[in-house]
Amino acid sequence: MHEPHSPLLRLAKRDGMPRGQVWAIRLGSFAAALLISALIFLIMGHNPLGAFGTMVTGSLGKKTAIRQTVRIAIPLLGTALAIAPCFKMRFWNIGAEGQITAGAVGASYFALFWADKLPQVPLLIVMAVAGAICGGLWALIPAFFKARWGTNETLFTLMMNYIMIGVVKWLQGGPWEGRPGSQIIPQFDDAAVLPKVLGVHCGWIIVLILMVFMFVYMKYTKQGYEIAVIGESENTARYAGMNVGKIIMRTMFLSGAIAGLVGFIVSSGADNTLHAGVAAGVGFTAITVAWLAQLNPFAMVAISMLLAVLEKGASTLETQMAVPASISDIITGIFLFCMLGCEFFINYRLIVRGGHKEGAAQ
Amino acid sequence: MEPVHAIELRHITKRFGAKVVANDSIDLTIDRGEILSLLGENGSGKTTLMNMLSGIYLPDEGEILAEGRPVTIRSPGDAFAHGIGMIHQHYKLVEVFTAAENIALGLKGKGHDRKTVAAQVQAISDKYGFGIDPNKKVYDMSVSEKQTVEIVKVLYRGAEILILDEPTAVLTPQETERLFNILRAMKADGKAIVIITHKLHEVMSISDKVAVLRKGKYIGTVNTADTNPQKLTEMMVGHAVSLNIDRPQAKYKDLRLEVKGLNCRNGEGVSVLKDITFQAFGGEILGIAGIAGSGQKELLEAIAGLQKAESGHIFYYPPHPNSDIAGYHVPVDKAGEELVGKTPSQIRHVGVSLAFVPEDRLGMGLVGGMGMVDNMMLKTYKDTPGPFVDRKPPKELADRLIRELEIVTPGVATPVRRLSGGNVQKVLVGREIASTPTVLMTAYPVRGLDINSSYTIYRLLNEQKMKGVAVLLVGEDLDVLLELCDRILVLCGGQVSGVVDGPSATKEEVGLLMTRVGGGKEGAAHA
Amino acid sequence: MINQNAVLLLIMAAVLNGVPLLFGTLGEILSEKAGNLNLGVEGMMFTGGAMGLGAAFYYEAAGGTVGVVAVLLALLFAFLGGAVGALIYSFLTVTLRANQNVTGLALAIFGTGAGQFIGQYMRESSGGYVAVSNDLKAVFLNSPFPSALQQLPLVGPLLFGHSIFFYLGVLLAVGMYFFLSKSRPGLCLRAVGESPATADAAGIPVTRYKYLATVIGGGISAIGGMVYIMTIASCVWNHEALSGEGWLAVALVIFCLWRPLNAIWGSILFGALMILYQRLHLAFIPDELYKILPYVVTVVVLILTSLRNSKDKQPPNALGLAYFREDR
Repeated sequence: MHEPHSPLLRLAKRDGMPRGQVWAIRLGSFAAALLISALIFLIMGHNPLGAFGTMVTGSLGKKTAIRQTVRIAIPLLGTALAIAPCFKMRFWNIGAEGQITAGAVGASYFALFWADKLPQVPLLIVMAVAGAICGGLWALIPAFFKARWGTNETLFTLMMNYIMIGVVKWLQGGPWEGRPGSQIIPQFDDAAVLPKVLGVHCGWIIVLILMVFMFVYMKYTKQGYEIAVIGESENTARYAGMNVGKIIMRTMFLSGAIAGLVGFIVSSGADNTLHAGVAAGVGFTAITVAWLAQLNPFAMVAISMLLAVLEKGASTLETQMAVPASISDIITGIFLFCMLGCEFFINYRLIVRGGHKEGAAQ
Repeated sequence: MEPVHAIELRHITKRFGAKVVANDSIDLTIDRGEILSLLGENGSGKTTLMNMLSGIYLPDEGEILAEGRPVTIRSPGDAFAHGIGMIHQHYKLVEVFTAAENIALGLKGKGHDRKTVAAQVQAISDKYGFGIDPNKKVYDMSVSEKQTVEIVKVLYRGAEILILDEPTAVLTPQETERLFNILRAMKADGKAIVIITHKLHEVMSISDKVAVLRKGKYIGTVNTADTNPQKLTEMMVGHAVSLNIDRPQAKYKDLRLEVKGLNCRNGEGVSVLKDITFQAFGGEILGIAGIAGSGQKELLEAIAGLQKAESGHIFYYPPHPNSDIAGYHVPVDKAGEELVGKTPSQIRHVGVSLAFVPEDRLGMGLVGGMGMVDNMMLKTYKDTPGPFVDRKPPKELADRLIRELEIVTPGVATPVRRLSGGNVQKVLVGREIASTPTVLMTAYPVRGLDINSSYTIYRLLNEQKMKGVAVLLVGEDLDVLLELCDRILVLCGGQVSGVVDGPSATKEEVGLLMTRVGGGKEGAAHA
Repeated sequence: MINQNAVLLLIMAAVLNGVPLLFGTLGEILSEKAGNLNLGVEGMMFTGGAMGLGAAFYYEAAGGTVGVVAVLLALLFAFLGGAVGALIYSFLTVTLRANQNVTGLALAIFGTGAGQFIGQYMRESSGGYVAVSNDLKAVFLNSPFPSALQQLPLVGPLLFGHSIFFYLGVLLAVGMYFFLSKSRPGLCLRAVGESPATADAAGIPVTRYKYLATVIGGGISAIGGMVYIMTIASCVWNHEALSGEGWLAVALVIFCLWRPLNAIWGSILFGALMILYQRLHLAFIPDELYKILPYVVTVVVLILTSLRNSKDKQPPNALGLAYFREDR
């Protein structure tokens, strides 16, 4: 459509669309995603309205349902918050999966071997700190190579995920194995389990605090300012006298530490043990959350809740309508596609030949 | 019967957005056997107009005639089909390909296999006197070699009409002369040549005709023989402009910087500065000339502490206690404070300030996506205690600069990327001046600016000089350096090849120094 | 002396495990050469695996008995599954200029879901178990060459003892090598990935190349998923075994420095690393740590290439960037 051969439609960039219009487009993309999902239900022979109804009541209809939905949203939100500073810096950290896992390993070490030596509160604090440090250190490795030699961080962090997951598999069947041959790490001692507040483990309080912290950090601190400058232009940052390598490493450590904290929350609060699937794809999904929220911490709450509703709703579909649970990934994918695509209509303007000719300078 | 023109543009209009009219009903003819200069200030629409001939843009209105017949040029491919080839300012070459691969790129039909391409490239090279190795990878080439590849690429495609966008911007005077000889040979061969430029002396020396654009409008075409730089400037700007740049004398002229035996290596371990020794005085503008990439950037960076010195010294001397700029900065050793080994922020606190305008104007000194306020605190954000940034002083500074330098912006929060080039550079230079520097280093401060904005910048630099600041100015345009600077330091391959006196030096003298250390006859010219 | 037989078995198993990766990698190379970093390989391989299995299963269920047809159908449907995913990706990143990393991840989520869904759906609609006949399994798994050739000492199994997909994969790799480095469309494709603005100025239809390379690449990658299911997983939908293959393929692209010929030995090496723990048991290295070797090796390669900083061994220059002509 923007090809020279078909000048029927042309493209131009645009700056600053009115807010109302932006939200109209976003709502439109949401509606489009609903429509496409409805189509899929139709093809499968289900009443789309009934299916959506089931999903909504299944995820938000009852107190217990809401609690479960929130439980799904907690790691998503936490990890999206972790990723935000990296993405602001244009450092494509897609290694949150591994950093969560690393954090879970650190926390689990203390849960497994120190539970009898420490009372609950100090133990949980030690676990949280250990999780944060392990996640941070795991993130620091690719950051170091990026800072020093410019090693491609997208691919590096991606590989680090599978290395860490492999390490946990080894722990599971090796040194930390519970009953020999079970390939399972034993359940944590009660002291190492996050207490519940309002029926959900208190991880939700931690991520909400993190959300406020991240908002303030990115917007009002010197470090947040440095991150924003580097994201715009590394050269400018260097000219301003910033130590770019140091800032990259510091930011990645922070990012990994928050992801590690999420690992602690999941293993201690939700799973009560450590297993190779502790991150369960959250590291990847959270990237889309962070991106679609345009790195705004408050918007991340809404988007992670939306994805949690989809997931919980789909699992209700499975039990009530015998739809395979993997439908949740399909519908999540459709929502992500639509929301990713709609940004185009906010940033660009389509010009039909012969129509009103408009565009933006260069 | 009217003669048929190679290309005729009739009432060509191109708009960007609702408000910007880049080209407004332009008429222009291009003829064979002629070199036409397309002259205009930045933003006058020269490149846009030619991009419509080369298939990058489509005109909104008007028609294009090739050899008298109306044509539609939808793509670069269409342009080649009509014999039009454009050499863009930013070379469009694939770095990891060889010259031959780049030349044959995208061609359809038979006869473009490796051997044929090599043979034809050889033939073209022989005809016009290029030296080109078809199997050399582009990333191994110098700027001038890359340009040669671009020209051969266009000729290989059978271009009869060549458009060159600012072809001399990155060439030395000697390379420019070589290019002009090639262009003359092509002209003799019956080709039509258009060069887009804003350099008047080049217009006078190479072209047969000059077409002038101003703010998107076509002003007229004149024979070069019938005009002069003063008249052309008036056509370009719209009113009479004094082309003289002042060179006032400052009250205090004292030693400010002394660089001794400075050596630097870049990140890849290549030596970029070799045994640099010179002095810079307060109350003086020291020009720094050289071929692009001769160490200008590294020299400024080394002084600012951004580039690590391998060996050597940089001594800083405080300004005269009675001068306007004394007393703003941390006190230093009067017998010379060593800057080597200090951090960029320590050096800035001494009073050394750097304003570097890179090719994209924004990449180094300013953050395009941020507003003026956030840009104001780029170098000072750390000066306040505590973990939080204080946006109050930068806000006040931004407001002050907008008032004093007449910066046109919708607001202090508008991303500076959306400002026009002149305003962007005022923000940058203004911020540096606002720190009351004692040494002001600036590189390419008038890059891409129109004449009026350029003169504003020259005036600002002269004001600083009069206050007793040592101004170091890296420039591209030798004519300007010769008029503005008190002395000119010439760099060649990372070495000081000479220091000349601004008022008495000639362009040829500087040009020679740019290619040979010491300006002697020995030593190879820089590729 | 090393047990010759054990080494041979190791090589055979390495090839078996390498072939799915070979397809996954070749497809991704094609896509990346056009400047599209498609992180959705995992998703496309899932979809391809499920669709390929479905094609063979329903062909047999409908009474089909010709093995070759089943193979062709499996290839076709797997290709289609991946191509559709890649088409969504291309539309979003090329036409709508969405971020490639995020879109790729969304495709990974969507594709694994779709593959899983198809697999589960088939299982449930056919009464809990999807399997093809042993005869058909053999067509997918066994060598297409006459047994006389296969029984030659040493060279027999080494050269003629692999599944048909290995030979297809090698042919594809060699074909891609010639296409990318010798043919003119290949040159154009690389130009698009290196510098779309240059390609555009040279009259190359950038959008068309990006779409074609990514969609065909996606299809090829998806065939890898099908090969995995139909050979290693013995024609049973097994998403746990398949998971991770796509990411490994992305890693392998880096490992072989975007060169199709390197992908042949690279995939066999990765295949070997994946099963080494079964064949070459070292007491001091636990199996699970063995399994992460391919990733560790990739990281090392990544670091080494960035250290050496050779211009010929870098990713395509415009990899991951959207192109908009009027952006300059």
